Amino acid sequence: MSVEKLIFEKGAPGRRAATMAAMDVPTEPEESMIPAWMLRNEPAPLPEVSEIEVVRHYTHLSQRNFGVDTGFYPLGSCTMKYNPKLNEDMAALPGFARIHPLQPENTVQGAIQLFYELERYLAEIAGMARITLQPSAGAHGELTGLMLIKAYHESQGQGHRNLVLIPDNAHGTNPASATLADYKSVEVKTDPATGGIEISHLQALLESNAANIAAIMMTNPNTLGLFDSKVLEIARLVHEAGGQLYYDGANANAVLGITRPGDMGFDVVHFNLHKTCSTPHGGGGPGAGPIGVKEHLVPFLPGPLPAKGDQGYYWQDQGPQSIGKVRANKGNFGVLVRAYTYIRTYGPDGLLHVSQSAILNANYLKHELASDYTIAYPQTCQHEFVATAERQKEESGVTALDVAKRLLDFGMYAPTIYFPLIVHEALMIEPTETETRETLDYFVSVMKQIAEEARTDPEVVKTAPHNTVVGRLDQALAARKPNLRWQPGQEVTH
Amino acid sequence: MANLNHPADLKYSKTDEWVRIQGDQATIGITDYAQDQLGDIVYIELPWDAAQEVSHEAKFGDIESVKATSELLSPVSGEVVKVNEELRDRPELINENPYEDGWMLAVKMSNPAELDNLMTAGEYEAYLQGR
Amino acid sequence: MTYIPNTPEDQQEMLQRIGFSSFEELLSPVPEEVRLRRPLELPPALSEPDLKRLLNRMASKNKNLDAAISFLGAGTYDHAIPSVVPHLQRRSEFVTSYTPYQPEVSQGMLQAIYEFQTMICQITGLDIANASLYDGATALVEAVLLAVGPGGRGEVVISQGVDPQYRRVLHTYAHARGFSVKEVPTRDGVTSSEDLDQAVSATTSAVVIQQPNFFGSVEDMHAIEPIAHKGKAVFITNITEPASLGILAPPGDYGADIAVGEIMSFGNTMSYGGPALGFMSARSKYMRLMPGRLVGQTVEESGSQQTGYVLTLQTREQHIRRERATSNICTNQSLLAVGATIYMAALGKQGFRELGELCLQKAHYAFRQITALPGYKAAFSSPFFDEFVIEVPVSTQALQQHFEQAGIIGGYPLGESYPGMERCMLFCVTETRTKQDIDYLVGVLKEV
Repeated sequence: MSVEKLIFEKGAPGRRAATMAAMDVPTEPEESMIPAWMLRNEPAPLPEVSEIEVVRHYTHLSQRNFGVDTGFYPLGSCTMKYNPKLNEDMAALPGFARIHPLQPENTVQGAIQLFYELERYLAEIAGMARITLQPSAGAHGELTGLMLIKAYHESQGQGHRNLVLIPDNAHGTNPASATLADYKSVEVKTDPATGGIEISHLQALLESNAANIAAIMMTNPNTLGLFDSKVLEIARLVHEAGGQLYYDGANANAVLGITRPGDMGFDVVHFNLHKTCSTPHGGGGPGAGPIGVKEHLVPFLPGPLPAKGDQGYYWQDQGPQSIGKVRANKGNFGVLVRAYTYIRTYGPDGLLHVSQSAILNANYLKHELASDYTIAYPQTCQHEFVATAERQKEESGVTALDVAKRLLDFGMYAPTIYFPLIVHEALMIEPTETETRETLDYFVSVMKQIAEEARTDPEVVKTAPHNTVVGRLDQALAARKPNLRWQPGQEVTH
Repeated sequence: MANLNHPADLKYSKTDEWVRIQGDQATIGITDYAQDQLGDIVYIELPWDAAQEVSHEAKFGDIESVKATSELLSPVSGEVVKVNEELRDRPELINENPYEDGWMLAVKMSNPAELDNLMTAGEYEAYLQGR
Repeated sequence: MTYIPNTPEDQQEMLQRIGFSSFEELLSPVPEEVRLRRPLELPPALSEPDLKRLLNRMASKNKNLDAAISFLGAGTYDHAIPSVVPHLQRRSEFVTSYTPYQPEVSQGMLQAIYEFQTMICQITGLDIANASLYDGATALVEAVLLAVGPGGRGEVVISQGVDPQYRRVLHTYAHARGFSVKEVPTRDGVTSSEDLDQAVSATTSAVVIQQPNFFGSVEDMHAIEPIAHKGKAVFITNITEPASLGILAPPGDYGADIAVGEIMSFGNTMSYGGPALGFMSARSKYMRLMPGRLVGQTVEESGSQQTGYVLTLQTREQHIRRERATSNICTNQSLLAVGATIYMAALGKQGFRELGELCLQKAHYAFRQITALPGYKAAFSSPFFDEFVIEVPVSTQALQQHFEQAGIIGGYPLGESYPGMERCMLFCVTETRTKQDIDYLVGVLKEV
């Protein structure tokens, strides 16, 4: 298999695939309808290809891509679980797929009902008073959550609070979202013994900044896959200092039916439905990042919110304290249909079993890999854990990157590498609950083989991958001489 | 640390810039340690139209590698008299030769006393050990 | 039903192997005080056949666009999706893949996005484009954030011809980030040049105009551009009806710095407005400031000169910049971008032009027929593409009731978003409407 040519390099003048319906109305000259200087001079230079060329081209591209349906995808923090096909079919029902967001409410009762019910399911799962399904992704949810916190503080005459505490092992979206909400991020250290937040450092920060703390953003279990058992104390300390608690739901796959962010003391939560609720990642999106809040934050939620009355379901506008809207229309409905179907597939016992199984699979791998790879934190993990290539780096210079690339040769995807930042040569591994024992054992055997290669034949690891359509690519060149689009006359070597 | 080079005839800042002094002119760049930490450098933002002022410990530019970005902080105050135009198209010179081809700015110092804040090569290497 | 493949026996064995006797033991780090000691209050699990019945029932409570005749646009446009698109877009290697951080096994997605970026440039006439943003409204916000710069302070001037939902979103972000927004009114359905000139100063950070605007009117960008560029402002154009780019002069030709908008209607199902597909294209000088992912072409490290594709300029993004980021976007709308790419490839140069012609001519035919009816007047005299505003002789609620009885969806009543326009309705006619559909609408309007 080789790299495919670009679609622009295929076809010939005059070829086309799709045909339009005929022009069945009497026509007028364009210039009589729109002044000539507002019209296009030249047609947009899109490709000219036939249908079979389109089909083969994108079929070939799909064959050069690796998905969960292809193989094991142990990306830590991404929850690459199986994407049920039933969910795809339900989202494609014309009654869901072919409705306009501005249709009169009485013509979309089923849609509003789905929003209404899904909100309630997520509120129960999270232990929160109310949910908004508006945000399109986790980071979008984070920003929405921070906007809510900001509006809340302003309403309490505490608008001067401008600091957000973020653990040093947090995902980059956390401090980026804080900046967009015009907050300053302050790092809280991880306790090396427990892997949780270092309470003494938290206390020191809270004391020296008491008047200005707006919030703490954290996830539990954290990015090390460890449950911070001091969470109630953290909640108490932050609340006492006048701050709000924000829960990053990226790791929610570990807590379904086991504990709830609302019960841990959090004021705001976001979910990543494309992680926890099995909606497919689509190569980078779409996702959905619903937000849950405690009662005191409800008035600030973006609107409208779905409501049920005597006449049926309707959209109820939020009051004057609402932050407004964070996107056009009501949310990523197509994604929400999939999440709804998923939750109804499992029910309460099933969701609990999901988390239990995710936790079991992660601990199983951690146990099996410990003899060949340094495990950053040896204590019982939740749904993910961090191994490292530290031993390999010291012995033969083989890095986490090298290990990741070598895994690709065995028909598996790599774990997350170099994250969290506080662990050197990190390999963050999250198997999820949908993998068979045989797959997990196969992964272990390959990882053992790679560790062996690192000892006896490190070059094969350092120059991996060998069995993929391309080898390692020149990232430096891509960034020095960016080529972000095809131009006519561009030479492409295959 | 063994492979990194920090020439003895230069002075060093805590933010990993080096200074070569010739009379009242200071030539500035980033150290071998800095370029090693950054990895492949892909882009640099410098005050290309010279005749600008820089200040001690203030930002004079930005540098980007494949995996990181960093601000460039001037060890001295003064007027920029020359900027290394080569780095526009070939920022990798900084990786290849941080002290010669990878030089960034030449500054006419307005306050040479600021040089006292800088470290010698030995002091800089000790500082790196502690990091 | 469950997708957990290991049986209770498998799981028991695994537990034992790692030295645990039960799931409970694995949960020891979770303190008792936060443990949920009751089942979640959710409806019990359903089998696949039962779920299909349930969801089909729910879906049938919605009147879908194929069961009615729709003249509804107002930011979301119905463009027919050729069958090739879903068959290719739904290939599971695309659907179930992650963000292509390991490029060696993601060349398919990376190349598809590189093609998307290219096609967005081809239709907008600008130099670079990113891999997508959540939707048109947030794409607009991202462009404004780019123009305002780090620090987040500045003033943005925006026409009231821009979609009301987009303006609401912009105000929400402005309040959070700390920049200010000044709205400029429209006259005769287009942005008032005099008012725009008054509003734009030497310190304005960005000027935002929608083309065609929310009323469907075509703005005179030749007159607007010099005003927008009076000072240092970035001239941003917002496009919610991308079919218009087949007919109208593109942003590259009229001097826009950045073009953003909504392009979900190209190859993706409407799905009640989401997931959507925001796009951003810009002049090359904004390359290192662009938010979102960018795919670049490169070669193998080995020196083979073999071409490959990678995510590039990642140091712009949140996972590297963290608190210094100017955008926090991570997940985007990749799969929809693939759909739009396949759509644009399927239509091609000719098809894209035809799409624009069909929308233009059908809308103008409808306009002529409707405005010939006594009691129905054109609200504006400005030129339009495939949407227009009609002043109607009865209340819009009454008209909507007639429409419902007649099996028609739309037009869109403007009174809520535009005070003073309570008797105005926005009608959209895309290539999906036949002459018969239009004549039918005219018949219904006549009877009222």
